[in-house]
Amino acid sequence: MPVSERRLRELEDLANLARKRIVKMICKAKSGHPGGSLSAIDIITVLYFHAMQHDPKRPDWDERDRFVLSKGHAAPAQYATLAEAGYFPVEKLDTLRQMGSDLQGHPDMKRLPGIEISTGSLGQGITVAVGMALGLRLDQKKNRVYCMVGDGECQEGSVWEAALAAHHFALDNLTVFIDRNELQIDGPTEQVMALEPLADKWKAFGWHVIEIKGHDIGQIVKAIDEAKETHGKPTMIIAHTVKGKGVSFMEGSVKFHGNAPTNDELTKALEDLDKTKGAPS
Amino acid sequence: MSKDEEVKPPWKMSVNNRDAFGQTLLELGRENTNIVALNADLSGSTKTSVFAKEFPKRFFECGIMEQCMMGMAAGLATTGKIAVPSTFAVFATGRVYDFIRQSIAYPKLNVKIVATHAGVTVGGDGASHQITEDIALMRSLPNMRVVVPADAIETDRAFKVVVKEPGPFYFRIGRSATPVILPNEYEFQLGKAGCLRDGKDITLAACGVMVPQALWAAEMLKKRGIDARVLNFSTIKPIDKDAILKAARETKCIISCEEHSIIGGLGSAIAEQVVQEEPVRMKLIGVKDCFGQSGEAEDLMCAMNLTAKDIAAEAEQMLKK
Repeated sequence: MPVSERRLRELEDLANLARKRIVKMICKAKSGHPGGSLSAIDIITVLYFHAMQHDPKRPDWDERDRFVLSKGHAAPAQYATLAEAGYFPVEKLDTLRQMGSDLQGHPDMKRLPGIEISTGSLGQGITVAVGMALGLRLDQKKNRVYCMVGDGECQEGSVWEAALAAHHFALDNLTVFIDRNELQIDGPTEQVMALEPLADKWKAFGWHVIEIKGHDIGQIVKAIDEAKETHGKPTMIIAHTVKGKGVSFMEGSVKFHGNAPTNDELTKALEDLDKTKGAPS
Repeated sequence: MSKDEEVKPPWKMSVNNRDAFGQTLLELGRENTNIVALNADLSGSTKTSVFAKEFPKRFFECGIMEQCMMGMAAGLATTGKIAVPSTFAVFATGRVYDFIRQSIAYPKLNVKIVATHAGVTVGGDGASHQITEDIALMRSLPNMRVVVPADAIETDRAFKVVVKEPGPFYFRIGRSATPVILPNEYEFQLGKAGCLRDGKDITLAACGVMVPQALWAAEMLKKRGIDARVLNFSTIKPIDKDAILKAARETKCIISCEEHSIIGGLGSAIAEQVVQEEPVRMKLIGVKDCFGQSGEAEDLMCAMNLTAKDIAAEAEQMLKK
């Protein structure tokens, strides 16, 4: 469904607020993955605050849509979103990665309501999402399954097993995003293990493929709508993003794939995010 | 003719555990529409084809994509299904270990992995297909329970319990026809070792295809004046600690018998209890840290010293000391 300009701005504000919380919680935890969380957050925001049918008060509601964060290291992005949506108090974000916390380094469905499947080992979430989509269809439910994989994650062979399966089973209730930020731990994806032509690959596997700018809320909304209207095949939304998006010194930086900002860096990061837009942190 | 050869095997017929599993799955599928089966291009071999024929919508052919099959099973389980992925044991464990660990065991999902063609009795396919490390891999996973039925009767009774009990299971059966040693009225109890023969001199603790061999060995030992207890450890995890400690106290020595590596399998599971609670002498009969080879199942069992005669000889030796 189309959204008003005002709603688009609200979604942008929500994403910006989540960005502040992402860098703050990772700084406090002294470890975590800011780069891929910041590149993914706009999509995750649109999913939870616009696209998905869900109820934070009933995390196991039968009629909910599912979101699988196959790139589990972007957990801070999902945690920030779940907290803002009301799954748990925002204060809990301060416990990220601490002993006894429900906010594990990678999402744990047994600890945290709202997490549909525990992830962390790459290339698995998307195969689980295929199973979810099959299970919902078997029960003749209209719920949709959304999944996000990392671009580096597409180097896992099992991602392509899932690509075959989702097409084979004609899972039009499955929509997958690739967070195409072009960087992985050892460097640019194209140097580490080339993925391009990535869109052609997914097209060849029989998916409906949409390419968007992954930080453009309007484009994300539109792509999801297109996926909902696509019948007989799964949809792949390749979202071109910037690793570390929104924080100047993290943008395009491999260093911040898996390193926490220092206190000084956090101050600078929050200044950057205040300058853009969004509600106060 | 030696004395042993005069002792006839204590069973009348052999039945394939895979056929028993296929029939039981079908039966359960008729009762419970939540059961779904998954398969990786081996439905004829794993006998899930029987289920597939009657319930095509609840059967998912995954092709030769075992990793995806395990992930899909996890996903189906999150939607309330009892997911039964099945393939050869070598692919059902080693090939997909991380998928089982991360997506099934860690989230404790209702997935019943049925592995067929386990151990060296796979025969002709050779070492590439004869996994003897699978119990070790599955047993060490938190939340995972491990069941190894001894015959077709137990395959049926145990699988019915496994399907009713929520959470992940590893259910291990072999390729070959297996002697039927349990009575029709047998009831499987999860976590309980079945005492098939009481005895006071030594305990033969076996699982899977080694249970009939242990029973046969007990008959041989009887002729030599040795009274052996035979325990069927069809549940390897959770292991029946009480039965182990009772055996240790009453018989003072234990021989474990398994068609699996002596590293990490049934013998290890028993030893872990024995050394901590009731130290007694033990011998571990199993695959001795080596790969198998092509051959007839029976010849391989002989070559790897996994026969009734080997068990009897080991018992006699142990009691001499």
